[in-house]
Amino acid sequence: MSSDDLDALALLHDPVRRSLYDVVAARGGDVGRGEAAEAAGVSRTLAGHHLDRLVEAGLLESGFRRPEKRGPGSGRPAKVYRRARGERSVSLPPRDYAILASVLAGVVELLGADEQAERAARDVGVRMAGGRRGEPVERVLRERGYEPYEEGGRVRLRNCPFHVLAEEQPVLVCSVNLALCEGLLEGLGDDPGRARLDPRPGECCVAFRVSKTNED
Amino acid sequence: MLSVMHLAQLNIAHMRAPVDSPELAEFVALLEPVNALADAAPGFVWRLKESETDPTATVVHDYGDHLLVNFSVWKSLDTLWNYVYRSPHLGVLRRRREWFLRVAEPYTVMWWIPEGHIPPLAEGMRRLERLKTEGPSPEAFTFKDSYSSSEAASLPAAAEARK
Repeated sequence: MSSDDLDALALLHDPVRRSLYDVVAARGGDVGRGEAAEAAGVSRTLAGHHLDRLVEAGLLESGFRRPEKRGPGSGRPAKVYRRARGERSVSLPPRDYAILASVLAGVVELLGADEQAERAARDVGVRMAGGRRGEPVERVLRERGYEPYEEGGRVRLRNCPFHVLAEEQPVLVCSVNLALCEGLLEGLGDDPGRARLDPRPGECCVAFRVSKTNED
Repeated sequence: MLSVMHLAQLNIAHMRAPVDSPELAEFVALLEPVNALADAAPGFVWRLKESETDPTATVVHDYGDHLLVNFSVWKSLDTLWNYVYRSPHLGVLRRRREWFLRVAEPYTVMWWIPEGHIPPLAEGMRRLERLKTEGPSPEAFTFKDSYSSSEAASLPAAAEARK
């Protein structure tokens, strides 16, 4: 754990900053100052102040959106915010599971043991559902940090909880993640076939068919 | 001003059976949609094609009939990454062991080229050899040990190709 990480995360103790961070993160893209202020229910000036603090701490990134009209009279480019790509984590006592995961992923790759890894992941997925039969998968996914949202008849996942590993070993980690999600569905008494690989840039590789009960 | 650099990638896959065998049939059937995906992908610049009319024709070369060659040029590492791992191409990659053998040595290599330059296949093969013998460098690297175009721009090889 670095003190930078702790300092950055401590900023989120402030409820306004926390809610601005959540607004920007949930949008999955660029959010303007006014838009964030409105969603968080604070003034534009206050929002701007806090958003910039979050940028300084490396929790958000800022940029400028070009005005839609070009040329004279089109005004200044608007400042926009998005969630920073870097990760912050704090663990007490200090823990480092990512290094161990990287070692193990490397071993799977060396052995060509993808299928065994997927089987193991499916079992873990079933266990993840432990005692929650009948609950919606979206709820468990949300608690696990996948950030589910609905789009075009599918439940998509904004965040990849295994991001660093998925960059290192994309085929293995995405396959394992799909198997985890299938196992989770199975454990919840849902149809494992709802989960499909549907990767797109910047998001988790798995998407779910919307369940019948959600459509009611 | 620095000229714009593009990324060349060569990928060599060891087929389990001849390309026209039943074992490879499902893979061959996927060539057309997967290539169409590449051609339409953001950042795609060029790929080596055997035929302009037959989308299932694989590149014919002198390096061994069991080797399937993919050779393409992209605008950046990110755009190539997004095509390879963040598109339906990932689903095909997951099935690679059904059609291709695992090999211990490097089977893919990338390097930076000046925009507009189309490298010959032989150069790709030389870069792959270089990666095998000398390990990753700005002249021959992989996603795992990648180099930015600015790290490669000052190299004599790039200057040579710009002439």
